[in-house]
Amino acid sequence: MTHLDRLEAESLHILREVASECENPVMLYSVGKDSAVMLHLAMKAFYPSRPPFPLMHVDTTWKFREMIEFRDRKAAELGFDLLVHINEDGVRDGVGPFTHGSAMHTDVMKTAGLKQALDKYKFDAAFGGARRDEEKSRAKERVFSFRSAEHRWDPKKQRPEPWNLYNTRIHPGESIRVFPLSNWTELDIWQYIRREQIEIVPLYFAAPRPVVNWNGVDILVDDDRVPEEIAKTAVIKSVRFRTLGCYPLTGAVESTAATLEDIIQEMLLTRTSERQGRVIDADQSASMEKKKQEGYF
Amino acid sequence: MRLTDDLIETDISAYLQKHEDKSLLRFITCGSVDDGKSTLIGRLLYDSKMIFEDQLASLEADSKRVGTQGENIDFALLVDGLAAEREQGITIDVAYRFFATDKRKFIVADTPGHEQYTRNMATGASTADVAILMIDARKGILTQTRRHSFITTLLGIRRLVLAVNKMDLVGYSQQVFDDIVDDFYDFADELATDLEIQAIPMSALAGINITERSRETEWYDGPNLMEYLETVPIGDKRLDAPFRMPVQWVNRPNLDFRGFSGQIAAGTIKPGDRIKTLPSGRQSTIDRIVTADGDLDEAFAGQSVTLTLSDEVDSSRGDVIVSADDPAEVSDQFQVRILWMSDTPLLPGRRYLLKIGAKTVTATINAPKYGIDINTLNDVPAKTLELNQIGVTTLSLDQAIAFDPYDENREMGGFILIDRQTNDTVGLGLIDFALRRASNIHWQAIDIDRAVLAEQKGQKPAVLWFTGLSGSGKSTIANALQKRLFALGKHTFILDGDNVRHGLNRDLGFTDVDRVENIRRVSNVARLMTDAGLITLVSFISPFRDERQMARNLMADGEFIEIHVDTPLDVAEQRDVKGLYKKARAGEIKNFTGIDSPYEPPLNPELRINTVGQSPEGAAEEILNFLKEKGFLAD
Repeated sequence: MTHLDRLEAESLHILREVASECENPVMLYSVGKDSAVMLHLAMKAFYPSRPPFPLMHVDTTWKFREMIEFRDRKAAELGFDLLVHINEDGVRDGVGPFTHGSAMHTDVMKTAGLKQALDKYKFDAAFGGARRDEEKSRAKERVFSFRSAEHRWDPKKQRPEPWNLYNTRIHPGESIRVFPLSNWTELDIWQYIRREQIEIVPLYFAAPRPVVNWNGVDILVDDDRVPEEIAKTAVIKSVRFRTLGCYPLTGAVESTAATLEDIIQEMLLTRTSERQGRVIDADQSASMEKKKQEGYF
Repeated sequence: MRLTDDLIETDISAYLQKHEDKSLLRFITCGSVDDGKSTLIGRLLYDSKMIFEDQLASLEADSKRVGTQGENIDFALLVDGLAAEREQGITIDVAYRFFATDKRKFIVADTPGHEQYTRNMATGASTADVAILMIDARKGILTQTRRHSFITTLLGIRRLVLAVNKMDLVGYSQQVFDDIVDDFYDFADELATDLEIQAIPMSALAGINITERSRETEWYDGPNLMEYLETVPIGDKRLDAPFRMPVQWVNRPNLDFRGFSGQIAAGTIKPGDRIKTLPSGRQSTIDRIVTADGDLDEAFAGQSVTLTLSDEVDSSRGDVIVSADDPAEVSDQFQVRILWMSDTPLLPGRRYLLKIGAKTVTATINAPKYGIDINTLNDVPAKTLELNQIGVTTLSLDQAIAFDPYDENREMGGFILIDRQTNDTVGLGLIDFALRRASNIHWQAIDIDRAVLAEQKGQKPAVLWFTGLSGSGKSTIANALQKRLFALGKHTFILDGDNVRHGLNRDLGFTDVDRVENIRRVSNVARLMTDAGLITLVSFISPFRDERQMARNLMADGEFIEIHVDTPLDVAEQRDVKGLYKKARAGEIKNFTGIDSPYEPPLNPELRINTVGQSPEGAAEEILNFLKEKGFLAD
C-alpha cells in the first residue's frame, strides 16, 4: 500500500469506530481543506450508506463569504444535515475582531460557541480535522481526545492507544474529540486532494483580491465591516490563503499559484509553516496547549 | 538538504506523480533524556526540510534562551512539545513526528525511556515496523537498553537499529563501537531468534552518519541511518497469513444491501472465496468487495473495505470474518502477557472490559503466574501487577472470541483492558494461547437438580447479601432473620465474614486484592448453597460495588438480594462493638473500611435497611415481608 492508501484506511477505521461505539457523534466542519478531506473520507467509510452523523459548523459570523457559500452547497450536494451554530451572546454584544481583538473574538465566537453547540445537542463525540504535524502540542495528542464535562483537556490523563484499539467509553456529560487525520501531514492532505480530485474553497487558489495590511498581515476586504480608515488603503494583489478562518484573522500570501500543482510546489519551496498566517498563535509558544486545556478545538 | 528533489522546481507534476506512491515506514525511537534521542529526531526533521523558517527562528531564539548547546541550535527543543515537559526538560508522553524523503514517508513514535514510561513505549511500539535503540557510546549497553529491547520485541518488532550515539565523544573509536555491538548480540539472543539488527556508529549532534556517510568513521561500511530507513523492507507478514477481518460496522443502507465493513487484519480476499464468521462458525462465500471507488477484484491486509456475502448470514459488530480453510481459533480462556498501565494495581478476580478487534467483552483476570523483571528479563513472583509491570497470567471471558496468537498477528491477538468504573485504559495484553481447560472439564450432569432440591425444601433459594460498614449491624440482623426463617421451617445458612476468614479464607488479608479474592470465594460458596436449595445469608462488609456485582452475576436470575445495612459511619464508629474503629483510628489496623479503605454504597440495592432507631428484630421483619412478597417463602 502507498502511504496515502495506508492513511486513508486508518482514517476510515477511526470514522467507523466512532459511528459504531458512540451514541451521538457529529462532524465539525470548518470548510477548510482538512475538513474537505475529512468529509470525503466520511463518504468513503460508510459507502454505500450515508455517514450516520450530521455536520456542524461553528460560525463566528466573520468567515469568508466564499466559505459560507461553499459550506451550504457542499452539505446539500452530499445530503448531510448541516447544523450551524452561532454564539448569540457574542452577536448581541457585538463581538468581532476589529472591535475586540483577535483573542477575545476567538474566545467568545469560536471556543465558547463550540462549547455551547456541543452542550446544546449533547454530542458525545465530535470529529475534528486537526493533524499532529500542525503544532508541537498536537504531536502528543491522541486520536481520541477526552474532554471533561467542562470541556477541559488534561494532557496527563490521555488514554494509551496501542495498535488500532480505541477505548471510547465515557461518563455522562463527558465527550470525545476525535481526529481521524492525526497522522496526515500538510503535504499528504494536498496530495490526497489532488489524487481524489476533492473540491476545495477557491480562496486557496491565487487570484487578484483586494487586501489591506492590518496588524502586520495582509487581510482580505471581504465585506463592509472592515473599518473605513483601514478599508480605504485596499490594494489589489494576487494572493491566496494557506488556511481559512475568520477573514480579518487570516493572512493572505502573495502568490500566483492558481492550480493544485502550483500550490503544492509553492508549499514545498516556501519556508514558513501554515499556522504562521493565523493570528492566534503568535502570543507565546505554549499558547495552543493552553487554549486546548480551555476547550479550543 | 540533499533529501529534496530538483523536480519540485522543474516539473512539479512529475514530482507529485512520483511521490504519490511512496511507502510508509513507522518506527519508534527509544532512549533516555541524555542519549540524544530528541536531538536525533530534531536533526532528521531538519535535514528533511520539515522545519520551516518561522519554526527555525523560534528554535534559534529558544536555543539561546533555554538550550543546552550554547550558541548552536538545540535540535531537541524542536520535539519537546508540552510546556510541562519543556520546563522539566524531559519527554513525558508518546509524540508522533512526521517527515518524508524522496523515497518514503515516515511516522516516528518518540517515546521517553525511563522505566516509569514503559507503557508509553509499548504504545509507540505497538504500531512500529522498526525500533531505534539509542545508546551512549561512552556508557555502552545499560539496563535501560535491555529494557527497551525487551519491550519493543515483546510488542513484536523484529528490526532493531542499534544507534551508538555520541561517537564524537569517544574519538570515533572502532574498538568502542565493536565492543558495544558484541555485548548487544550476546544479550539479544535471549530476546528472540529472528531479530535483524543493524548497528550504526553516529553522532546526532554533529550529524555523523545520519544522512550521509561520514569520514570520521571510515572503518564503518554499513548504511547511514537515513539510508537504512529508506531501504529497510517493510515486510508485511500479515499479507501471507490466512484471511481475517473483524466486523466493525454492519453496512445497511437499505433492505437490499447488507455489507460488513472493517479493516482487513491479515491475508487477502477475492469474490468467491469461502469464509466463516466467528465465533458462530457459519460458512458463506464472498460476493462483492465494495468500496466508494468501485468494487475490487481483490483486497488485502491493511485495507478498509465492505464485504458482502452470498448467503443471508447474520453477523454483527465484533464478529471476525475468516478464511474457511484456515479459520482463527475460538476460545474464552487464555494465557496472556499483560502490561499494566494504571496507577491502581490489577485486582485479580475483578472483572474488566477487554477490547480486541471490534469486540468488547468482560474478562476476569486470574492472579499472575509470575511477573517479568523488565530490566533483567528474569521471572519474579507477583501477586498482582503494578503500573508498568509486565506479567504472565490467565484470564477468562464471559463469551468466546476469535483470535490468533499475538506473535502471529498483532491485531488478532492484542487487546486492551478497561476499568469499568473509571473507564480508563488500564492494561495492554497479548494473547499467547487458549487454555483447553474449560473444554475438558465438563459439568457433571446431575439427575437431582437444583429445582428438585429446592422443591423438596418448599422454598425458593436465594442469597441475601448483607453489605455495610463494620459495626453496621449486618450479622445481628442476619441472625435475627435466620431465627424467624427457622421458625417458619425454612432451610437456611449464614456465611459470616469473620467466621469464613478463620477457615476457608484464612490466607487472605485486607488489601484490595485480597478483599476481591475473599468475595470471589464466598460468592462461589453461596452459589453452591443456593444450588442445594438453601436460603443463604451472607454477611460481609463487601466494600466494592464491582465485587458485589460479580457475586450478583454468579447467581441465578432473581436469586441475589442485596441488602444495604445503611448505618452512617459515625453511628457505627460510636457503637464500635469489637473496638476495631478505635484501633483503626490509632493506626493499629490498616486498610480499615470507612477509615483508610473506601466503602462504595450500593446504588440500587433490593433493600436498604436503616438501623438508626430500629431494632434488629424490626429489620428482620422488614426483610421477611420482602421475601414473602416476592414469593420466596411460598409453600
